[in-house]
Order: sequence, then structure tokens, then C-alpha cells
Amino acid sequence: MTPNGDLNKESSIRHLIDEKKQKRNMSNYTERMIPGLLFLFAAISILTTIGIVYTLLTETISFFKAVPFTEFFTGTVLKPLSQNPEFGVLPLINGTIISSVIAMLVAGPIGIMTAVYLSEYATDKVRRVLKPILEVLAGIPTIVYGFFAFTFVTPVLEKIIPTLEATNILSPGIVMGVMIIPMIASLSEDAMTSVPNAMREGALALGATKLETTFRVVIPAALSGIIASFVLGISRAIGETMIVTIASGSSKNFTFDVTQSMQTMTAYIVEVSGGEAPAGSTIYYSLYAVAMTLFVFTLIMNLLARYISRKFREEY
Amino acid sequence: MSLKTASKPIFTNYTEETFPNKNVVYDTKDLNLWYGETHALKDINLSIYEKEVTAIIGPSGCGKSTYIKTLNRMVELVPTVRTTGSITYNGMSILDKKFKVEDLRTRVGMVFQKPNPFPKSIYDNVAYGPKIHGIRNKKILDEIVEKSLRGASIWEEVKDRLKENAYGLSGGQQQRLCIARCLAIEPDVILMDEPTSALDPKSTLRIEELVQELKKDYSIIIVTHNMQQAARISDRTAFFLNGEVVEFDQTDTIFTKPADSRTEDYISGRFG
Repeated sequence: MTPNGDLNKESSIRHLIDEKKQKRNMSNYTERMIPGLLFLFAAISILTTIGIVYTLLTETISFFKAVPFTEFFTGTVLKPLSQNPEFGVLPLINGTIISSVIAMLVAGPIGIMTAVYLSEYATDKVRRVLKPILEVLAGIPTIVYGFFAFTFVTPVLEKIIPTLEATNILSPGIVMGVMIIPMIASLSEDAMTSVPNAMREGALALGATKLETTFRVVIPAALSGIIASFVLGISRAIGETMIVTIASGSSKNFTFDVTQSMQTMTAYIVEVSGGEAPAGSTIYYSLYAVAMTLFVFTLIMNLLARYISRKFREEY
Repeated sequence: MSLKTASKPIFTNYTEETFPNKNVVYDTKDLNLWYGETHALKDINLSIYEKEVTAIIGPSGCGKSTYIKTLNRMVELVPTVRTTGSITYNGMSILDKKFKVEDLRTRVGMVFQKPNPFPKSIYDNVAYGPKIHGIRNKKILDEIVEKSLRGASIWEEVKDRLKENAYGLSGGQQQRLCIARCLAIEPDVILMDEPTSALDPKSTLRIEELVQELKKDYSIIIVTHNMQQAARISDRTAFFLNGEVVEFDQTDTIFTKPADSRTEDYISGRFG
């Protein structure tokens, strides 16, 4: 190619660019509009949140006009439909916490061990097969899990624990755990995989075994990500509705016996909003009070998670 | 047979007289190594002597890092690695699959190209090695930490901030911390894989001085792409090229009257 040819080519490209630039100048106006437009989209979620909190607050205030604050939070009896209704939220909080604890007892260890296997031990081949399967588990609708708990897990558990009731908190707790495993496994695995290999090499070169390297270098270094996955798991368990509604029934027992039926906050909302509550009645307002409590629960969880993960973060 | 001898490196003056009264720490015999299909090390024969600094020089991709990682079997982290031949460490055949690699790595410390402290406190970084090998006593650990940090000449700089995160240190300090971490398990040998290539000249100088200090007690094998560094700090130098040892001799000899023309070309900067 001659230098002359190059020059021609260059000038023609320059010409094209200039042409395009002129067109672009005309659209400068849209360019300036874009940030505002994008802000509007971002504002949608903020406004929705504000709207939800506002509704929750006003209706909750109406509820507390009818039922004293202390009765709601210290009452161990919940009988919204009785002649003399009682509105103690503790049975629901108890059911929520117990089902979430059972779920996390299942999902925590299994999720972490899965993550350790995937990130530290599995060959690429195994990982490529296992991860998509795990993600399928995460995509199953919760109503399917609910039926699975009710029609399969409960009968199986009954063989081990004969006193188990047909609807109980244990079975949905376990199944909720199974549902959360992929979330914890996948997020923890991401956190562990992103720990630089130099860390592992440093430990191995000191004569650490693979297990020691994993548990004393990789996991501590990935701890903030692992805690984040746990908290998301807990939030998911607290907010889970379908599984507990189907498999744990609607008895508002205040007990620690996991073989019995209990109701969670979410399941109560399902039950009451299912048509039994006339608008304006105390039962109707109790929905919002329970929802508010649920909201505060998850909010506290998230703040706690933020605090913990910042405290345990190992920067690298 | 004749082919094989031809491919062996030239050992100028490879006699007992030139290497008097020195114990061999590592003896490499006919070592070949493949990464999958790539033949990375070809018929390596090398003896590493005790309480000396052995420098390994050569252009990028010549196998020098691969070789040093074979000495503590870190090379096996690449799953497709295959080796033939033998390496003995103090008479033990370390490439033997039955040989417990953790035992080897407890006696052979390693310092990496990029400082890689753990994301923990300065104290915990140094105490990590002793802890995994079962030392729990706080007083003993304190002593080890101080001794190791002094050994790596970083104690004065960090003694008041032992509980702070190691990542608050400068690059050069981090590298000396990594050396301290490695000293904490009292190894016999320290492998250094281009330990100063990520550091500024001042930090490099401190590491070089430290290496001089450490060779009184440890056998040091250092991979470097910096020929001046090899000339400054090593007692013996091996020149690697395309996975082979071209020449291995006293550093003075390598840099003043190399036996192989390729060595001369490399050290005079004609390639590499």
C-alpha cells in the first residue's frame, strides 16, 4: 500500500466521521434528556417503597387504635375470628422464627459444603454439570415445594417421628431449607471463587493441607460474601409463604414443638386476606400490623447483615 | 543414548573441587515436565547446595518458575502436569506420589512474585504456619512472630501495629512479611519466585540485603529475570533456556566467562 493510498483512506474515514458527528449534534437534546429519564425509572422503585411503607404505617396505626400495642406484642394467643378476638402476634413470630431456623439448619451447612465442593474440589467438568442442576432447584415454584412438603416429606418424616401431625412446622422448614440451598451455595461459591489463588498458594506453600487452606484462608476471606448469602437465605425463609401455608396448616399454636402445626406471619396474611376479613374491621387492620412486623423483621435482618459483613470483612 | 547426553547441559568445572565441603540439598536428575502436551522442562540436571543463594535466570517462558515450583511440588496445582525423572531433597525422593507433600512444604518455604499476605492481621499472617502445624501456645506464638519478623527485618516497622491488617503495609513491607511468614515454620530452604519483580528499587534493595542475611541459615533458590540481581546476590547461577539448563556454575564464572555462547548472548543482553 502506498503512503498516498493510506492518506486517501484516512481522509475518507475522517469525512464519514464528520458526517456522523453532524447528525449526532442534532440529537444532543435527547442526550441531555437521558439522565432525567433514567432517574424517573430509578425513582419508580423508591416511590413504590415509600408507598408501601406509607400504607403499612397508616393501617397499622388504625390497628393499634383498636388493639393496644402491648397486647399485640406480648399476647401469646391469636384468635382473630372468635367472639372475643385476641390479637397476640407472638404465635406468628414464633412460627416464623422456628420455620426459618429449621430452614437455615438445613440450608446453611449443606449450602456451604456445596459451595466448598464446587469452588475448591470439583473439577471443571463436574462444576459445569452441577451448577445448572442447582440452579434448576432454585427455579422451582414454591407451590411445588409446598406440595412436596405436604404429600412427600411429611409422610416420610412420620415414619421416623410417629407423633408428627399431618400439618407441622418441621416438614415445611426442611423443604424451605432445600429451597434455599442453591441460593446459599451459589452466592457462597461466588465469594469463595473470587478469593485470589495467591491466597491458596500462600497457605499451601506453608504446608497447609487443602482442607486447612479452605477452612482457614478461603472461607475467612470470603466470609462477608458467605454471611450475605446467609442473610439473604434467612430473609427468604422469613418471607416464604406458600410452603408453610400448605404444609403447616393454620393453627395458631404458641409452642416450641416442631411436630405441631404453627402459622407464620406470611401464612396468616394469606389466610386472612383470603376473604374472611371485611375491610375496616380489626382483623383487616391486623393484616397490616403483621405485615409491618414482617417488614421490620427483614429490615433488621438486612441492617444486621450489613453490620456483620462489614465487621468480618477481610480485605484483599 | 548419545542423543540424550547431547541434550544435557554443559557443566563447566562440574567437579568436587569446585563445590567443596557443601552438602547438596536438592538433586535433580533427568527431570522432564509437561503441561498437557507442552514440554516445559527437558532433562534437567541440577544440584542445589546448602546455605547458598542459587539464582535461576533465563528469558520468559524458559521454565525457571516451573522448575522452582517443582521443588515444593506447587506445580501440581495445574491439573495437567506430568513429570518424569527424579528430585531428591536431602536424600528423599520428593516426586514420589507417596511422599507427603505437606511435609516437604513445611521444610521448604516459598515467596511469590506478588506479595500474597493473607487478609488477616500482621500477627496472624506470621502465626498462620505455626498454628496449622499445631502450635497453640500464645507465648510461643508471640516469640515466633517476633523472631520471624526480626528475621525478615520488618519488626521495627510493624511492632506497634501487629493487630492491623497486612494489606495496610506497602508492597515491599508485604513481601518482607511474606518472608517472615515463611521463616515462622523454620524451613531449611526458601524458594523465591521473582520476589522483587513487583517492587520499587528501594524495596528491592532491602529484599536483596535480606537474602544475603538469610543465606547464613537457609538455602535460597531465587528465580529472577533481573541479571544484575542474580550477579549481585547469588553464589551460583543456572541459566535456563527453552526448558533446558544451558549452563550452571559459580555466578562469577557465568557472568565473566560463560562456557556457552547462548549464556553469553543472554547476559550481554542480546536477547531475552
